[in-house]
Amino acid sequence: MKILTLIRQVPDAEARVRLSGGSVDLEGTTVVMDGMDEYGVEAALQLREGGAAVDEIVALAIGPKRNEDVLRTALAMGVDRAVHVETDERLDAVALSKVVAQVAQAEQAELILVGGQEADWDSQALGAATAERLGWPQLTWTNELKLDGATLSGRHDVDEGNESFEAALPAVVTTQQGLNEPRYPTLPNIMKAKKKELRKDDLATYGAAAKVKFVGAEIQTRARLNKVIDGKDPQAAAAELLDLLRNEAKVIK
Amino acid sequence: MILIVAEHSGGKLGKATLEMVTAARQLTEGGREGPITVLVLGQGVAGVAGEAAAVADQVLVADNADLAQYSAEAWAAATAQIAQEGKAHTVITPGSRSGREYAPRVAVKLDAPYLEDVISLQVSGAGLQAQRYTYLARVTETVQAEGSVIVVSAKPGSFAPAAPAAQPGEQYDVDLDLPPARVSITGKSVEKSSRVALSEADVIVTGGRGVGNAENFGRFVEPLADNLGAGVGATRAVVDAGWRPYAEQVGQTGKTVQPQAYIALGVSGAVQHLSGMGKSKYIVAINKDAEAPIFKVADYGIVGDINEIVPALIEASKR
Ligand SMILES: Cc1cc2nc3c(=O)[nH]c(=O)nc-3n(C[C@H](O)[C@H](O)[C@H](O)COP(=O)(O)OP(=O)(O)OC[C@H]3O[C@@H](n4cnc5c(N)ncnc54)[C@H](O)[C@@H]3O)c2cc1C
Repeated sequence: MKILTLIRQVPDAEARVRLSGGSVDLEGTTVVMDGMDEYGVEAALQLREGGAAVDEIVALAIGPKRNEDVLRTALAMGVDRAVHVETDERLDAVALSKVVAQVAQAEQAELILVGGQEADWDSQALGAATAERLGWPQLTWTNELKLDGATLSGRHDVDEGNESFEAALPAVVTTQQGLNEPRYPTLPNIMKAKKKELRKDDLATYGAAAKVKFVGAEIQTRARLNKVIDGKDPQAAAAELLDLLRNEAKVIK
Repeated sequence: MILIVAEHSGGKLGKATLEMVTAARQLTEGGREGPITVLVLGQGVAGVAGEAAAVADQVLVADNADLAQYSAEAWAAATAQIAQEGKAHTVITPGSRSGREYAPRVAVKLDAPYLEDVISLQVSGAGLQAQRYTYLARVTETVQAEGSVIVVSAKPGSFAPAAPAAQPGEQYDVDLDLPPARVSITGKSVEKSSRVALSEADVIVTGGRGVGNAENFGRFVEPLADNLGAGVGATRAVVDAGWRPYAEQVGQTGKTVQPQAYIALGVSGAVQHLSGMGKSKYIVAINKDAEAPIFKVADYGIVGDINEIVPALIEASKR
């Protein structure tokens, strides 16, 4: 069985987001593998290490040239091979799913792992859209995952709590916090990863076109009052804070 | 036709449905054609359909044993079928976990663009323009879509709940071709807090790692929340440490909240946390480190030790 793990490259969470010309400019920003996708890579590795019949783990990234870095990271974590569909075009999740589904079919993957929400577009749609294109079921927000033969089981979050589930492969699983602790690539593995295959693919062959047009972006930071009280005298500080909340902000009674 | 998929639970229509009706009314005022149609999927949903009829032009009811249990595949199939049969030009789903799970499938089935988790929506030429948050809610982005049908999910809390219409809408039963269930649910645990639900709370008191330990939540966070009639929240660090249940986690992988007042006790203010509470009307921080990033987004703050400040606050907030 083959596992396809999808990877996005996003700004490091601590990095400042900058705009230029009405859109987010990542030039000079530290970019990393999306933390949510890291859970997916780790899950694939752990399924194999746990004894599941996993023949191959393939990582896929769709995006600009610099995405090679995150694919190398995945290779260094332990995936076998990487595919990079290189493009500077901005494709929404529904358009991206068209590429992912075709790669999954060509690779004959039976399990796709992808992060539950992207840290760049705050989108949760890629896993679901891909599952629909392939006609597969999906399990989203998964925080526990087992594979026994061709049967997946685990637990995932839903609107009002969480559910335990069972489903037969093929399937799409979206991952999140709690699923595992992603490993750090060790230096020997980083060296080995340099020799692993990183295949380039041409977006044009997939016939995917953006369906959602990007118009512009703004950083809207609400002006905050920033009134900071010194807490040396706890009683006085507490009284002052409550007074501000009651009489200035009028948010408590 | 504008098709809204109702959100409901426990036999009651959810606030999200009323919010989607407001979004739809804005579109009809902008010239998109009605009727505003609410689709109610489930079993034993007559009461929900009645509530929906009070705000919608018409209500389509699929009361079906195969819909007793929510599933993305069934909800997507049902929604796409009705959208096609009713020639809907706009489909709106809630921006809940489930809504954002089946909406993309509907978009693929209809070969439609998908505007996800929008905070505003308006008619723009032949299509729709929307705003949504990106980059962990630090950026507000404007996007545009055109097409004979457009799928939208609406972020909870972004639209005012619709008031009842002058005339209740007509109700119709619908038949559906549903796919067989392929995911079996072997257990379910509903996380309920005895306190005010975070999504509904006007005030939230959240404890971070600075609270110290699980017992201290009982000493500091809960009594303060009780005095203020507030909900209790937690950071991921606290949930990971097992001090509080995941249901209370606020942030990127937890809940998104937007109360009138958000009181953060011993919370550093990491971006993943801010992305879930950064839109609160007033943010209050209590932290012993004057340099903690939370103070940058705070309206009011006290630089001080939880162990000293919070008991004083609890005492002073007793009613
Ligand atoms: C993919 C991903 C998703 C994430 N999702 C979330 C999420 O949904 N929600 C979330 O919260 N985090 C999330 N995080 C984690 C986030 O990055 C932070 O690690 C976390 O929010 C820190 O929690 P904290 O503020 O409680 O703890 P810390 O960062 O340890 O901060 C504790 C604070 O308490 C203060 N303090 C200590 N003692 C006292 C005292 N006695 N009195 C007063 N102040 C004191 C300290 O000065 C410090 O500022 C996510 C991370 C990743 C990678």
